[in-house]
Amino acid sequence: MFFDPANFRHPAFREGMTDTLKVSPGIWAWGLMTGVAMVQAGLGTEVSVWMTLLVYGGSAQLAATPLLAVGAPVWVVLATAFCVNLRFAVFSLHLRGYLMAWPRWQRLSIGYLVADLNYVQFVQRHPQAAKDPAGQRAEMAYLCGNCFLSWLGWQVASLAGIFLASQVPMEWGLGFAGVLALVGILCSLTQTRLRAVSLVVSGAAAVAAFAMPLRLNILVAIAAAIAVCLLVEQTAWGKKAAA
Amino acid sequence: MDTVQALTLLGLGAITLLTRCFFFILNRELPFPSWAQRGLQYAPIAALAAVVVPEVMVSHGALITTWQDARLYGAAAGVAYYLSRRGQGQAVLGTIVVGMAVYLPLHMGWGW
Repeated sequence: MFFDPANFRHPAFREGMTDTLKVSPGIWAWGLMTGVAMVQAGLGTEVSVWMTLLVYGGSAQLAATPLLAVGAPVWVVLATAFCVNLRFAVFSLHLRGYLMAWPRWQRLSIGYLVADLNYVQFVQRHPQAAKDPAGQRAEMAYLCGNCFLSWLGWQVASLAGIFLASQVPMEWGLGFAGVLALVGILCSLTQTRLRAVSLVVSGAAAVAAFAMPLRLNILVAIAAAIAVCLLVEQTAWGKKAAA
Repeated sequence: MDTVQALTLLGLGAITLLTRCFFFILNRELPFPSWAQRGLQYAPIAALAAVVVPEVMVSHGALITTWQDARLYGAAAGVAYYLSRRGQGQAVLGTIVVGMAVYLPLHMGWGW
């Protein structure tokens, strides 16, 4: 963790922080906007503050926000956030090769902090996992520095957003910025044609099934999209479109 | 904040921990069928689309039937910006800024 001197005194810690600084304007703006969006959706200051501190994941927070605001059942909120976060499970499969040298509590405490940008920057800096203890320490120190500064920037910006939001009238519709952030992430995830199929099928199903109670339309849409994509994958077009 | 809300937030925090550490929580390797591994890559985009598309296209519980809705133009402008930048640099931030620049005047000026 970043409070371990073996990590924060290591030169790679600073290297990790420097890389975070390069993308920090985006992290700050997005954190600020997530704070504003949560309050403007009607979650209230207290829930928004705790959500920021505990959840620490912009896309899951923004996806959960409208569900919490309409009082959807707990398990629908959790299942939706879980699906939004499944991309992290894919990252963790990759990070396993780097982190298994460490005791479990160290893996979990740093793993909790690895968001999208941290993962991308880390594997760019360290394309191959180190085999020696010195190399593994350098990797861990880099990851600690990188994640620490992202976490700090995100939390400060989000809390600022939460307290600024109460100064802005709801009618302005600033909460729409949260939807636009998700639109931007959707674009960035659409890297293959089959993922575009997933987007279209899920979006259409979520609208078609909107009348279902408990916001179950979301879970129905996710299941439909995954099933369709796995089926289409088996066709000749699908084999090309998955790449 | 009531108990249900507190438990939901704790659950959401636990989901962050669980998903970010998924494959290195246990010391042994998890058996993982290949179809599930392939299905995994379609889940995040499906989950976000299921939340976002209704946020843009549904009003009063049904698909909107008017073109006079600021959300449509805001979202379209955001997507257009992202595609024009091909996702480079701060493209997601630009999507938000351009989208809001189109949305706010329509929403507050025309009342769409």
